[in-house]
Amino acid sequence: MTGVSAPGRARLGVRTLREDRWWLAPLATFVGLFLFVVYATFRAFQGAYYYFEPYLSPFYSPCLTTDCVPGSSDFGQPISWWPLSPALVILIFPLGFRLTCYYYRKAYYRSFWFSPPACAVAEPHRSYTGETRFPLILQNIHRYFWYFAMIFGVILSYDAILGFRNPQGQWGHMGLGTVILLINAALIWLYALSCHSCRHIMGGKLKHFSRHPRRYWMWQQISKLNGRHMLLAWVSLIWLVVADFYITLLAHGTISDLRFF
Amino acid sequence: MSRNAKFRVWRGDAAGGELHDYTVEVNEGEVVLDIIHRLQATQAGDLAVRWNCKAGKCGSCSAEINGRPRLLCMTRMSTFTDDEVITVTPMRSFPVIRDLVTDVSFNYQKARQIPAFAPPPDLAPGEYRMQQVDVERSQEFRKCIECFLCQNVCHVVRDHEENKTAFSGPRFFIRAAELDMHPLDARTDRREFAQAEQGIGMCNITKCCTEVCPEHIKITDNAIIPMKERVVDRKYDPLVWLGNKLFRRGND
Amino acid sequence: MSDHEEHRYDVLIVGAGGAGLRAAIAAREEGLRVAIICKSLFGKAHTVMAEGGIAASMGNVNSNDSWQVHFRDTMRGGKFLNIPRMAELHAQEAPQRVWELETYGALFDRTPDGRISQRNFGGHEYPRLAHVGDRTGLELIRTLQQKIVSLRQAEELAAVGADAAAGGGHETLDDTDAGLRVFAEVTITELLTDGSGAIAGAFGYRRETGTFIVFRAPAVILATGGIGKSFKVTSNSWEYTGDGHALALRAGSTLINMEFVQFHPTGMVWPPSVKGILVTESVRGDGGVLRNSEGKRFMFNYVPEIFRAKYADTEEEGDRWYADPENNLRPPELLPRDEVARAINSEVKAGRGTEHGGVFLDVSTRLPADVIIKKLPSMHHQFYELADVDITKQAMEVGPTCHYVMGGVEVDPDTAAARNVPGLFAAGEVSGGMHGSNRLGGNSLSDLLVFGRRAGVGAAEYVRGLGDSVPEIQDGALDVAANEALAPFQPPADGGIGENPYTIHRELQEVMNDLVGIIRREDEVQRALEAIDALKLRVPGVSVEGHRQFNPGWHLALDLRNMLLVSECVARAALLRQESRGGHTRDDYPGMNSQWRRKLLVCSINDGDAAEPAGITVTEEPSPVIREDLLALFDRSELESYLTADELPADTTASGGAT
Repeated sequence: MTGVSAPGRARLGVRTLREDRWWLAPLATFVGLFLFVVYATFRAFQGAYYYFEPYLSPFYSPCLTTDCVPGSSDFGQPISWWPLSPALVILIFPLGFRLTCYYYRKAYYRSFWFSPPACAVAEPHRSYTGETRFPLILQNIHRYFWYFAMIFGVILSYDAILGFRNPQGQWGHMGLGTVILLINAALIWLYALSCHSCRHIMGGKLKHFSRHPRRYWMWQQISKLNGRHMLLAWVSLIWLVVADFYITLLAHGTISDLRFF
Repeated sequence: MSRNAKFRVWRGDAAGGELHDYTVEVNEGEVVLDIIHRLQATQAGDLAVRWNCKAGKCGSCSAEINGRPRLLCMTRMSTFTDDEVITVTPMRSFPVIRDLVTDVSFNYQKARQIPAFAPPPDLAPGEYRMQQVDVERSQEFRKCIECFLCQNVCHVVRDHEENKTAFSGPRFFIRAAELDMHPLDARTDRREFAQAEQGIGMCNITKCCTEVCPEHIKITDNAIIPMKERVVDRKYDPLVWLGNKLFRRGND
Repeated sequence: MSDHEEHRYDVLIVGAGGAGLRAAIAAREEGLRVAIICKSLFGKAHTVMAEGGIAASMGNVNSNDSWQVHFRDTMRGGKFLNIPRMAELHAQEAPQRVWELETYGALFDRTPDGRISQRNFGGHEYPRLAHVGDRTGLELIRTLQQKIVSLRQAEELAAVGADAAAGGGHETLDDTDAGLRVFAEVTITELLTDGSGAIAGAFGYRRETGTFIVFRAPAVILATGGIGKSFKVTSNSWEYTGDGHALALRAGSTLINMEFVQFHPTGMVWPPSVKGILVTESVRGDGGVLRNSEGKRFMFNYVPEIFRAKYADTEEEGDRWYADPENNLRPPELLPRDEVARAINSEVKAGRGTEHGGVFLDVSTRLPADVIIKKLPSMHHQFYELADVDITKQAMEVGPTCHYVMGGVEVDPDTAAARNVPGLFAAGEVSGGMHGSNRLGGNSLSDLLVFGRRAGVGAAEYVRGLGDSVPEIQDGALDVAANEALAPFQPPADGGIGENPYTIHRELQEVMNDLVGIIRREDEVQRALEAIDALKLRVPGVSVEGHRQFNPGWHLALDLRNMLLVSECVARAALLRQESRGGHTRDDYPGMNSQWRRKLLVCSINDGDAAEPAGITVTEEPSPVIREDLLALFDRSELESYLTADELPADTTASGGAT
């Protein structure tokens, strides 16, 4: 072994001397992400129960294929050749954004790949090259996914605004679903704006803040959000499930929407 | 107020060693380094340990306590329960010299490889003008006390000895970021250097460096990730590359 | 002698703090081959502990500042015992030395117009201290360390050609070929001279391996810092064992002003983990009060007559001052440092001290917790992290702590050359004279830079002047040094277990702290000298366990000799000087005496033998005359309180603005 038992280092004979519950955080992360992946995979392939007037599940927004249920396509149905669930066409973008996110990288490198499982706990791998080779070198395209995330932020906000209609399409109404979609859009914005790439693009790349006072101000605001990137990543992820599940239940007819006015 | 605590201290050298058990007096308000000193003065006169300021300012007394990289002088005894056995070992990423002292020359070699600050050729001493907001980011990294706990905890070299040639470690990524963000540094190739020579791509941002930093420098968020993004600007982002070519941006 | 490595350099620099590193840069830039010795790792020197800043009259914040004003402040602070030429050079050159640091990459805090910001500090007339928050010393060390790296890189670039190096700064130069090399974790135990007494090299050991290392070099610059580890309560680190002071003495040079040791009135005395660590004056400035074990604010009993008109008589008035300083007198907790230290000392001696020999400094009952955290964040953090003391809930125990030694090697102000020993130089805390009897805050870091550079240049000139006639180490000197260094491993002659070096060290610290501490009396200093003599006889019996590899007991055993020698200097000089001035307070001679200002006390070593180990001889010498143009910077009335009548300049009423 080449790591902590490499020649010359103090011979301790164990992977770690930590006695605290260092395995708890990676385990919790693993369980959380695993449950999300199971749910999201099922829902994405299901291709049904994603629209209930006027709410569209964020997993299916924008709905772009000719298979989309009537009323769910706010941007037309330009794709006719796609045989599978319409969600699968667009999910690559939010998925890619989260997959290349600096926080999620840390989370799954630790909890799924044990690289390392926790600080000062030896990892099980023989060799390690980090993000220098394919495929992990592709993590560097995170900022492109961020550009798309901005577009999705607009689309999900639009979806939330459409939620101010009643099932008959008349404006000026609101239900519990509207609130859920508004919160969803807000969380997606906050998560996307707290992104490290965003922080870089907005001002972090500058050498002289003093010459760009507005960008410095933006950088400062985004830095504050960035400090909560992990929290926003989790809350926005959970809320996606909440929003989707609520709409599924509505579409299923299991519950009915709580209408305010 | 004094009690006896059970300590296990690794004693040995490169040829081998083992954990030795000690029972030692502990008084109110003491830190682990005090206990190590008491061992030296009463039970183990030749117990090797590095230390200097004993105030968390010099970064000499780095070691591992119950498996976690810590400064001995900044770890209070009151954080342990009375019956807890406290295990003290040397840092595990560097060759051991004796007892708690390791050979940290890896870090000094890496320090020598980073091109130094390049003074602007057109300014004489005394003519430098920099704004506070422009120096603050680099100042955060200059808080570094070079305890090398981040270098020690980083799994890239901790778990893979062979990576030591290609990877310079968190301490020197913050040095790279410090220089790249320095308002008057005259070099323009810091990003290329960070990628090609320092191996910043090997970092998988699992943040242990930030977790152990006694100066609370946000190594990952404020230095490594911004440097990775700056590398992306140069290497992986054709839009930025094209923009720089077409518009020949000034020094921003 | 086998089992050792040898190196040959032009200049050997002992000490890698601010002064040593600045000297190394200067000597290397003069084209010399330079070796730097660090007792600990590179970049860990005690300079990192400096917080306040670097004093330099750049005039960035107040343009009225000038070197003359800085000189004046420095002389006042030192009570006119400073070597005037040193204070002059220091004040003149400090700005250039600070600006230079920026070209090495230092990042000081800035003024709104982008210059180096400067802060106010005690004793300085204008805002003068360049700083980086409260970690200026760290910035200084790191900057100089990185400049040393850059000199090395420039050398590599020159060696391999620009093409090869353009791709990256990979090391190409072998350590042994480099013109500038750092030897980390090496301790020098002896300076080596030729037959005539000129420097020829130095002898030491590597801490890591315990093996011996010999340097052949015609010039040695001492930059070893201070002596605080001879005292029980000190803010100094383990390295501060007075090595440079003792090396200079044993090589035949002299020390001056050794009686002047600066004690800060408020250092922690308890818990042990923070013993000696400074408690900043702003704790008192923001409302902290001193109480004895009876709960009484004792400072009201200690206001001297000359200050009575300026300080409050009652607690009520003192308390009102914090909110309304215009209409109230300040509380006596804010008297000058020496007054406060004396008062604390008296309370403890009168049996009204705390259990651990201090008094209480309390803000917890004076200010709400959130205000304390806001106003004293670093203090709150320091005690919380280091000592588990929450200063918003508990009082701190404080007492005077040994902070800095004004005395040191007697040097030529312009070249930093040590007296009597050709090829020996000294800079920084190990040199004496610059600060007189008391150092101003901020003048230490500038001292390091100004005289560090001068020592480097001075050594270069000396080495060039030697030409081919380089002094060589005397035959047999290496064996003597090696035997001496190994003595602690010899089992005691009587077959017993031998003396524990930690025990002797602790006893010495107690003697110095209790008997030659902040307040001194003839009989106590006498007792200290007797105790030191007794300890000196016990040192040869010290024996250590284990082997030579990184053995702290052995290291301490060797450092003990230095500490004893230096402690004897302090005690002997303190016994002779029958006045109170700056860092030397005599209970039995409380006033300042201008006749004594004219005298320097010079320590030198005398020969010893087996029965009577080498000791210290102190001689009185006249202090240097202050030049007329420098005297003209002061009002005559001020000079009258320091100088004797025949030293005063001719009284032409035109020149005296104050008359």
